Amino acid sequence: MKELSLNILDIAQNSVKARAKNIEISIKEDDSVLEFSVKDDGCGMSEEFLSRVTDPFTTTRTTRKVGLGLPLLKMEAEQTGGSLEITSTEEGKGEDHGTFVRALFRKDSIDYIPLGDIVGTLCVLVQGADNVDYIFTHEIKNKETVEFSTKEMREMLGDLPLGTPEVIAWLRDFLEEGYKQQ
Amino acid sequence: MKTLEELAAIRDRMKGRVALREGSNDIRIVVGMATCGIAAGARPVLNTFVEEVNNAGLTGEVTVTQTGCIGICQYEPVVEVYKAGEEKVTYVKMTSEKAKEVMEKHIKGGKPVTEYTINI
Repeated sequence: MKELSLNILDIAQNSVKARAKNIEISIKEDDSVLEFSVKDDGCGMSEEFLSRVTDPFTTTRTTRKVGLGLPLLKMEAEQTGGSLEITSTEEGKGEDHGTFVRALFRKDSIDYIPLGDIVGTLCVLVQGADNVDYIFTHEIKNKETVEFSTKEMREMLGDLPLGTPEVIAWLRDFLEEGYKQQ
Repeated sequence: MKTLEELAAIRDRMKGRVALREGSNDIRIVVGMATCGIAAGARPVLNTFVEEVNNAGLTGEVTVTQTGCIGICQYEPVVEVYKAGEEKVTYVKMTSEKAKEVMEKHIKGGKPVTEYTINI
């Protein structure tokens, strides 16, 4: 992927497919490290599936036999000297089921891929979020900077769907304004 | 300053203008958003369609939705357009610019942009 924000989009789409109701996306960065995590309350993965989930030949796809999302992310993180951590509890195997993915990147590596258009990623996720709630926080140098919660948005919107183009336009402006103030 | 309260104003403004999603809208634009689509550039394509629908004030008439992989990854980003009573039109190797053109000529003008389509 050309931007880390595309990986975030891909990983969060996995959470949607895992029937998550709540997805928390968090980005933390300083001058030398960027770390992002995606935490969901979806159906989770079995231990067996989890053990081979970063293998490119592991996939839930039905259209072809090669997945690529997580193996790519692992490679991209490790190439910078960073790491990928995945933990998961399968539905029915404990109270808190779901999956947690955290990727750490070292920014001083020549293989570091920039975060890119995170606003574009969030607009796509919220546009498709009929049955999902997102909490997003982006912390730069330990200072909380840009954040939103779709639950708060829904309270204002009542019956109007979150994915309504006018609402997505508002979200884009809201986020761009937030980043501009940094 | 953008505030959450503005969403309440949007809600009031849109009241009655937004048909219930799924169903009554005349035109459906479906964008492939699996790993293959995302890697090939589907994100700006989807966002362009959503922005253009907003700019054109077509929220009640046109729905933009996302789908998974439809199996032609080499042609991603793939966009399908469904119009009531017409055959599905499949656009391949889409970009933001092409999405704007499809919006003008096909969605508003009624004529598919055949140079970007594929028959599957």
